[in-house]
Amino acid sequence: MTDSHPWQAVIGLEIHAQLSTTSKLFSDASTAYGADPNTQISAVDVALPGTLPVPNRAARDKAIRFGLAIGAQIARKSIFARKNYFYPDLSKGYQISQYELPIVGSGKLVVRTDDGRTLEVEIQRAHLEEDAGKSLHDVFHAATGIDFNRAGVPLLEIVSAPVLHSAQDAVAYMRTVHTLVRWLGICDGNMQEGSFRCDANVSVRPLGETKLGTRTEIKNVNSFRFVEKAIEYEIERQIRALENGERLVQETRLYDAAHHHTRPMRSKEDADDYRYFPDPDLPPLMVTDTDIATIRAGLPELPQARRQRYLETLGLSDADAAQLCADKATADYFEAVLTALPGQAKLCANWVLGELAAALNAGGLAIESSRVSAVAFAHLLRRVHDATISGKIAKDVFAAMWTGEGDADAIIETRGLTQISDVGALAAAVDAVLVEFPVQLADYRGGNEKLLQFFVGQIMKRTRGQANPQQLNTLLREKLHS
Amino acid sequence: MRAESIAQLAQALRARRISSAELTQQSLAAAHVHSHLNALITLDETGALAAAKRADAALTQAASSALTGIPFVHKDIFCTNGIRTTCASRMLENFVPPYDAHVVGQLNDALAVSIGKANMDEFAMGSSNENSFFGPVKNPWDTARVPGGSSGGSAAAVAAGIVTFATGTDTGGSIRQPAAFCGITGLKPTYGRVSRFGMIAYASSLDCGGVLARSAADCAQVLAAIAGHDARDATSVDRPVDDCVAALSTSLKGIRIGVAREYFGAGVEDGVAAATQAALRELEKLGATLIDISLPNAALAIPAYYVIAPAEASSNLSRYDGVRYGHRCAGPKSLEDLYTRSRSEGFGSEVQRRILVGTYALSAGYYDAYYLRAQRARRVIANDFTEAFASVDLIAGPTAPTVAFKLGEKSGDPLAMYSADVNTVAVNLAGLPAISLPAGFVPNESDNGLPVGLQLIAPAFAEARLLNAAHQLQLATDWHTRTPPP
Repeated sequence: MTDSHPWQAVIGLEIHAQLSTTSKLFSDASTAYGADPNTQISAVDVALPGTLPVPNRAARDKAIRFGLAIGAQIARKSIFARKNYFYPDLSKGYQISQYELPIVGSGKLVVRTDDGRTLEVEIQRAHLEEDAGKSLHDVFHAATGIDFNRAGVPLLEIVSAPVLHSAQDAVAYMRTVHTLVRWLGICDGNMQEGSFRCDANVSVRPLGETKLGTRTEIKNVNSFRFVEKAIEYEIERQIRALENGERLVQETRLYDAAHHHTRPMRSKEDADDYRYFPDPDLPPLMVTDTDIATIRAGLPELPQARRQRYLETLGLSDADAAQLCADKATADYFEAVLTALPGQAKLCANWVLGELAAALNAGGLAIESSRVSAVAFAHLLRRVHDATISGKIAKDVFAAMWTGEGDADAIIETRGLTQISDVGALAAAVDAVLVEFPVQLADYRGGNEKLLQFFVGQIMKRTRGQANPQQLNTLLREKLHS
Repeated sequence: MRAESIAQLAQALRARRISSAELTQQSLAAAHVHSHLNALITLDETGALAAAKRADAALTQAASSALTGIPFVHKDIFCTNGIRTTCASRMLENFVPPYDAHVVGQLNDALAVSIGKANMDEFAMGSSNENSFFGPVKNPWDTARVPGGSSGGSAAAVAAGIVTFATGTDTGGSIRQPAAFCGITGLKPTYGRVSRFGMIAYASSLDCGGVLARSAADCAQVLAAIAGHDARDATSVDRPVDDCVAALSTSLKGIRIGVAREYFGAGVEDGVAAATQAALRELEKLGATLIDISLPNAALAIPAYYVIAPAEASSNLSRYDGVRYGHRCAGPKSLEDLYTRSRSEGFGSEVQRRILVGTYALSAGYYDAYYLRAQRARRVIANDFTEAFASVDLIAGPTAPTVAFKLGEKSGDPLAMYSADVNTVAVNLAGLPAISLPAGFVPNESDNGLPVGLQLIAPAFAEARLLNAAHQLQLATDWHTRTPPP
């Protein structure tokens, strides 16, 4: 094989989304994050003798919600299976998962890449499983502590087909899933807290080859950036190895962000044999047509559909539509503003993505906690639209609203910010300025048209910014050229 | 007290002819007298006397149930809040659960008086009660013999008159076979009828809580207290519980009893077969029609059971890893060492054997040949019953092929030991209810003879029919009233 031979990377992702239920998948212990170790555990979670798992219906329904959103077949009967292995943070010595019959069958997701391509990614399956506990290696001297708070937390494992061919596409897919699960309200998407994690299966093959190459699995990478870097590194490593005539081994590798490389995890002496078998403690998980109809009726408009509507019906730009639909709360806020100010989609989008987003960002706030409500925000924009104030003034009014000075009208009133649209008043201001600066006037009329902005600035100063910009422009040009 | 039934005791207690405290004292004294039987792992005198006091208070206020104030023991597989629950294993020698099993809670609510925890085969794996970390239990009829297993301590405690009834569990015959060996009545309800919550798992799809007592009528009283839906066990069935006590007196006229040919096959001792036939003739006298039937796949039961049960056990017992509770080896050098030594030291040889067999049966490359095939056999076996019950109301045969064998006789030969379950395991594979009741005696070197058990099997949830037939037979015969030598 020559160095110039083109390679194709093949990537499949296994995403673990923590389902946002109040209690665990098989026990009534709380799933809240951040509690002191082993304070959110029940006898079931630590596998005391005689305890039994009882399935959480809310987790089932959230899995179905996801399945319907990707157009997948929902299994009317799915089976919980035991995945058997010994590890100290796995209390029962097996993980309850789904193996042969998952609750969500194959579906697909439309992904927009950063460079504007559209990918249709096949999702092979999504199944319910419980999380394990967490080993704490740095807390006790010469001993490992175990925190079982996470043990039994419900996860939806979303398995894509190996159909992605670059780290960038893989991340675009992962972001789309991330948006979707939050949009559906089934996962909070918090990656720092481990609510959304990803394992990547990566292999490479000569371009044109249909057989898959030897794959490696990169475990538990918890940020979009690291997923991209880890996959990129792994693709390069595999190509390098193959071009050097080495043989790849199927193995699990860890991404080390500090050194930007992947390395094999401590190899196990024997091959993994999880001895899956149906969990005899749990009858098949049943779903009725009525269950599905009810859940389907409660589905929101999906991000893909909403984006399309923003493009086609509202005439927003691709970038604005995408940005608004990056999360449901933003899109919903935008629509609430638009409802209060019908027909002004572009204006609303600009302001939601501009001034509001900046303020939220600066305050570290989610849009749900915005200090300015959608209705109040729409009211401000109405004053821009009806030319009571200029966009520039509106920014000041917004800032005042943000700090709680009141609603837009009150602020405009108290501060006397109403735009001067009265032609007489404006004309007087223009005349005064032209009289004040005869040298510049002569210069302008001599051909230095750049001085137009100088006059605008002077008039704005004189009117404390309240001149209606369009009117001013028209009037000024008339007088300069008269 | 030993000759008295639960109903008679309840009457005496309500009439204040005797107090629960007195009954409990007698029971505790009997436990001491019979301590050589090794029927109990834990005797809870303080707890028992306190419970008796509560029962007596309730009895004066007429706030009592049929079981109020009556002493009994729990098989040490049922978790008891604050009282150690060992499963007869070194692994759980010092395990004290922070909760009550559903069965325990139900009997507490009924104000029955638990005097302690009965010995058993370790993790319910065994047919002789020789596999206990706390030593074997002896059969009250002949202390050189085994009481059967795995609920051997429960059976011996009832047979010896220490208590009126005992809880037990039955995964492949663990209530019925010791009941047969000890000359008492043992009921294994339908799978799902009694919650498994707090019952330490051996093989989850087969494990079934039940009762051992002196008569079918007593079993009916206890079943009424422990049966019913429990949301803590996903396999517990949400379905009303029939009134088995009320159904006891129904006549047997016209009832069709299928006599399964296969249950009298090779390996069934002549004396056992003869006693069973004699008991069946008594049923005939009561109006039952005996019908010769076949369960053609009966021979698959033992091999299927000894794949499925160990497979589930290998996984169920993985939690005993020395990490969170239970036996932990001294000075582990590594994680591997911690697991290996904790489990090797904590589990006895039969438990280790079944974990190994089960792990093997579930392994990649063997799963289809063993586990899946066994599951297919299980369906075929269940289907045999379904077909048979299309034309009969009950199925009968000897509970065990032999009477109680000698201690040590089979302990070196696992296959011989497993064959003790030949007539009982199919019932578990099919999830059906069954009862073993005394059906005469086979003479032995002592004068007393050794008890034989008759097994009756019913369709799912037909416990009332089962108990009714057994009760009618017991009204007409006196085998169940015979007691072992003092």
